[in-house]
Amino acid sequence: MSELTLTLIKLGFLALLWMFVLAVLSVIRSDLFGAKVDSRAAAAVAPQTSRTPKTAKPAKKRKGLPASVTIADGPQAGVGASLTDEPVIIGRGTDCQIRLDDDYSSTRHARLFLSEGQWWVEDLGSTNGTYLDGQRVTRPVPAEIGGSIRIGRTTLNIAK
Amino acid sequence: MSIASTSVIQIIPRTRRGVELLLLIIAVGVSVAAYVNIGVTVQNEVPASTGYYAAGIALLAVIAHLALRFRAPYADPVILPCAVLLNGLGVAMIHRVDLGLTAIGRTKGVPFAPQQITWTAVGVVGFLAVIIVIRDHRRLQAFTYSLGLAGLILLVLPLVPGLGANVNGAPIWIRVAGMSFQPGEFAKVCLVIFFAGYLVVKRDVLTLAGRRFLGLDLPRARDLGPILIAWLASLGVLVFESDLGSSLLFFGLFLFLLYVSTERAGWLIIGGLLFAGGAYFAYMAFGHVHRRVTDWLDPWAIDGGQVKLGLMGQAWGGILGRGLGQGHPEATLYANSDMIISSMAEELGLTGLIAIILIYTLIIERGLRTALGCRDIFGKLIATGLAMSFALQVFVIVGGVTGLIPLTGLATPFMALGGTSLVANWAIIALLLRISDQARRPQTPAAPVSDETIALAVQKA
Repeated sequence: MSELTLTLIKLGFLALLWMFVLAVLSVIRSDLFGAKVDSRAAAAVAPQTSRTPKTAKPAKKRKGLPASVTIADGPQAGVGASLTDEPVIIGRGTDCQIRLDDDYSSTRHARLFLSEGQWWVEDLGSTNGTYLDGQRVTRPVPAEIGGSIRIGRTTLNIAK
Repeated sequence: MSIASTSVIQIIPRTRRGVELLLLIIAVGVSVAAYVNIGVTVQNEVPASTGYYAAGIALLAVIAHLALRFRAPYADPVILPCAVLLNGLGVAMIHRVDLGLTAIGRTKGVPFAPQQITWTAVGVVGFLAVIIVIRDHRRLQAFTYSLGLAGLILLVLPLVPGLGANVNGAPIWIRVAGMSFQPGEFAKVCLVIFFAGYLVVKRDVLTLAGRRFLGLDLPRARDLGPILIAWLASLGVLVFESDLGSSLLFFGLFLFLLYVSTERAGWLIIGGLLFAGGAYFAYMAFGHVHRRVTDWLDPWAIDGGQVKLGLMGQAWGGILGRGLGQGHPEATLYANSDMIISSMAEELGLTGLIAIILIYTLIIERGLRTALGCRDIFGKLIATGLAMSFALQVFVIVGGVTGLIPLTGLATPFMALGGTSLVANWAIIALLLRISDQARRPQTPAAPVSDETIALAVQKA
């Protein structure tokens, strides 16, 4: 057999061997470069409607940015804050924009903030958790008009 | 803080068995190509035995694949194809050395390749047995001390008079019914499970820091017992069985698992010092260890020494190698077992050798990945131990063959001629796949706490 054929066979086999290695690498590329995060897919996990006995049925969702968040019931009803550009922190602490008189809320309980042209509700590592429309908030979720936030025993309405 | 960084990654559980099948087809294809390539270059024709070889290796791969499909559907898709490829390449190279040995008239025991294929079949049967019998690796925790004892017995078995056999200068073999076995290979698996089970229970105690020294938390003196016992046992293997490689492997495994389970770097320092002391003592006191070191420091001193011939073969191979069937690997002693890496380097060159080492690395990486994903500490430690046993073995043998460290007689996993090693390695792969099946299987989520329950609890409080 000619020298050239032998060389070609030799190189061909090496290429084949490396093809296997690369095929394996392509299978496990998520190990090397990390899993792809689709933020929209994560945010689109729809809040399901499992209402609590305490909240009244929230008003129908409307379009547009929410403009205020107000305590809906109890002795503090009517206390609230307008949603401009600044984030709003809700809790028992003195530095909160909305100070709750609720033993079941944490000092800095939850936060509303504007990002990507939308308002978001975020739990700040509270003890008893924050609920938006009956769903526990484990990561920032979009806050829409008509939504209700429950913190401890307090319910807050998001309004226009 | 961006929203994306806090959002939960939705991982859809996939079994990925289809990908595994595809990779298996490539792996079998590469092995058969190697076999045909050797036949074409050495005998100038496609060998008549190609059909048998291809059918055999494909059948074994498919059997193992089907076992996973039905018994461990979520197992890692990469480990099995890598193992099949290494095994197939090993058989091809053993066949190549057979041809070379026949050509130079050293026909004792030739051919070795059919023997290796038979042992591969036994290995796959062992693989099936492990996958089918062990449904849940956590059951093994109940056998921690039994397996530890079994491991020790297997280690000392070659020393039993009448049973032990001295093959190639190291009495690490036993001879039963006319066949010789290396019980140390199975001792490895038993001891990894024993170390894992032992450390799961004892790691809290071993984590307790004694005094701080030079920024290191050193363990308490009374906790040194286990590491001293492991050290003495591995030194015993070295002294009585003249087996440098196994000694290093057992002590290294214990040290790794101790470090992984306690996260204390102090253990590594203590272990490293103990090992260095033991190695120096062995170098001074024992002739065979001394000889290994002098061979390593000056491989050219011995006429026809295997390290020397191996290094010359590798140099002749160069970057791209001579091509399969065009080198002379048979010139080296044990070209199909201890020195098979050197034979590979001679015919496939640095390019091929890197690919082979990468395939080993991939198996090890997937093993450690399995350990990361595993939900119980016992499984984590077993997976780490098994992956590290591969890593240590490959390091010791490749390091020895390439002249980085003294050559010791450890088997190259999956490639080297030797039935016991092959069967033990298939069992290790099966165990790793079993654990990875557990690790990757979607967890049935705990029942979510309903909102009413929380509201009720809040009202009561």
